[in-house]
Amino acid sequence: MGELAVEKHVKFILTIEKEKDSFESVVMEHIRLNGAYWALTTLDILGKLNTVDQDEVISWMMQCQHESGGFGGNIGHDPHLLYTLSAIQVLALFDKIDALDIDKVSNYIAGLQNNDGSFSGDMWGEIDTRFSCVAILSLALLKRLDKINVEKAVNYIVSCKNLDGGFGCTPGAESHAGQIFCCVAALAVTGSLHHVDKDLLGWWLCERQVKSGGLNGRPEKLPDVCYSWWVLSSLIMIDRVHWIDKEKLIKFILDCQDKENGGISDRPEDAVDVFHTYFGVAGLSLLEYPGLKAIDPAYALPVDVVNRIFFGR
Amino acid sequence: MDVLQKSSERIPLSQRPEYADVKPVPQDDGPNPIVPISYTDEFRETMDYFRAIYVADERSLRALQLTTEAIKLNPGNYTVWQFRRLVLEALNADMNKELDFVDGIVEGIVEGNSKNYQIWHHRRWVAENLGTDASTRELEFTKTILSKDAKHYHAWSHRQWVLQALGGWKDELTYCELLLKDDIFNNSAWNQRYFVVTRSPLLGGLGAMRESEVTCTVNAIMEHPENESPWRYLRGLYRNDTHALVKDPQVASVCLKILTAKNNYVHALSMLLDLLCHGFQPSLEIRNAVYGLSDSGAQGSDLVKVVCSILELVDPMRANYWKWRRNIVPAQAAQCLKDDGLTGLSL
Repeated sequence: MGELAVEKHVKFILTIEKEKDSFESVVMEHIRLNGAYWALTTLDILGKLNTVDQDEVISWMMQCQHESGGFGGNIGHDPHLLYTLSAIQVLALFDKIDALDIDKVSNYIAGLQNNDGSFSGDMWGEIDTRFSCVAILSLALLKRLDKINVEKAVNYIVSCKNLDGGFGCTPGAESHAGQIFCCVAALAVTGSLHHVDKDLLGWWLCERQVKSGGLNGRPEKLPDVCYSWWVLSSLIMIDRVHWIDKEKLIKFILDCQDKENGGISDRPEDAVDVFHTYFGVAGLSLLEYPGLKAIDPAYALPVDVVNRIFFGR
Repeated sequence: MDVLQKSSERIPLSQRPEYADVKPVPQDDGPNPIVPISYTDEFRETMDYFRAIYVADERSLRALQLTTEAIKLNPGNYTVWQFRRLVLEALNADMNKELDFVDGIVEGIVEGNSKNYQIWHHRRWVAENLGTDASTRELEFTKTILSKDAKHYHAWSHRQWVLQALGGWKDELTYCELLLKDDIFNNSAWNQRYFVVTRSPLLGGLGAMRESEVTCTVNAIMEHPENESPWRYLRGLYRNDTHALVKDPQVASVCLKILTAKNNYVHALSMLLDLLCHGFQPSLEIRNAVYGLSDSGAQGSDLVKVVCSILELVDPMRANYWKWRRNIVPAQAAQCLKDDGLTGLSL
């Protein structure tokens, strides 16, 4: 079996975060906060978070925050739940959640819950179970879940459950591994996993593993490294991860590495990016690949970070 | 990227008289940018001018034009889309023309970039403004996207929203059938089929539709027994009514045919397993078909255990799952007997 080229991946992350000229950098400008979360969490899992200047990151990040308390994807961008979670997660990595006015941020998030329990991503009203997840994870990390109507939030998520046991973005939408992760994580964090038919969903999830050992996100689609996270973390949360072939999945992820230049891609031989690098490394951590920090399957943060938040030092 | 190839035709904003009084605002990455980004000149200039208009909150025609150019350069930038909506509202703009604009963006951008939440959300906002009149156009639009990528998650999500918010259910089941004819493996089309059958106000609901749907599904299964989707769809048709699933002769019959053919029988075995666990009494033919798939020592053994053993062998990636199924069977079978009020009868 191949090996994880840790040093190369660390170098890859540190380089692209500084790269000035790539088209990718330019078009990802507005989601830089997500990029920061992917990059920094990967570094932490690899034990290299200290290679980054924490103060610089935080100082830049705080400038992404708005009057409303929400964070935009970069400085000068409108606030949105997605970037707000990334900001909280990055601060959690650095043990600096107290840099936030917690009430202000929680009020922003809570204000986006709708009457049916769903969440809008921002003031423009797009509804998606991704936002339910993001809101719930954010508030849980801030210890302010009491600011929303948890019961209604759970009911909305349950209304998105499909005949195959999976979840979609809205009621009736096709089950998709990314959405399933969002719903299962939100249910896990709110103590509501009893709403999940674990055997039925577990079976759907384990059927995502294809011949190559990789995982796809829906029936008859191609495998992609990012599903190593979404499918795997979901299986772990519902206690069914032993239903996939872990060795084959590890091999698939390792085959997606660019061992020369660092980084991980969606599938073998494709171009790498920081998004898939994060999901590949996070997936390997869930698979207990040696030398990696353990990652929490619901919060998508290292376990020691989560423990620090909920159980003190 | 073809958007940037058009640069040679573009007049820099600094040379356009209608923007003469605008003072461009450069990207502020902070005093010591950790992630300083270098832009192409065109991109930089457009965004600098956009920022000026955005900060001034100017909701004018030239502001609209700027958002057009910024979006063409980077359709993922959600802040630009949001500001565009504010401008459209302020100008009381023609929403049909706005749909034309979105059509153009989707057509003009590189493959794969229509998987962009901003475009779809903007589309929804515009369609909401237009109301039920937009239904036909929006269904056509999603059809166009789906003709290039029949599993496009955003397109399906938008289509479902259109049907529920703006109507247009009449031809939806036919559309699903067409897509499945193109690709019987299209899980999204199967999902949409379920959506229509269970939610269309024009059909009778699942109860009325079930029998004909089972027939269609069984035909699809016979075409490709290895196709995961119709098997799941079949289970979905009998959701909350496993008793009826067990009793439906079409279901047992399709399992038997596939097991006898000895080809691509994993899903058929899995379905048989489910049936057995819910009190199904297998015929001799089914028993023999199963024994025919296993090694010679199997005859006379507990059929469930034989089925699980075969599955462990032919679907080794999920061996643990099948082992678990084998182990829980006694408990499940007992439960079924209890449910049927047959406790006390020996098997």
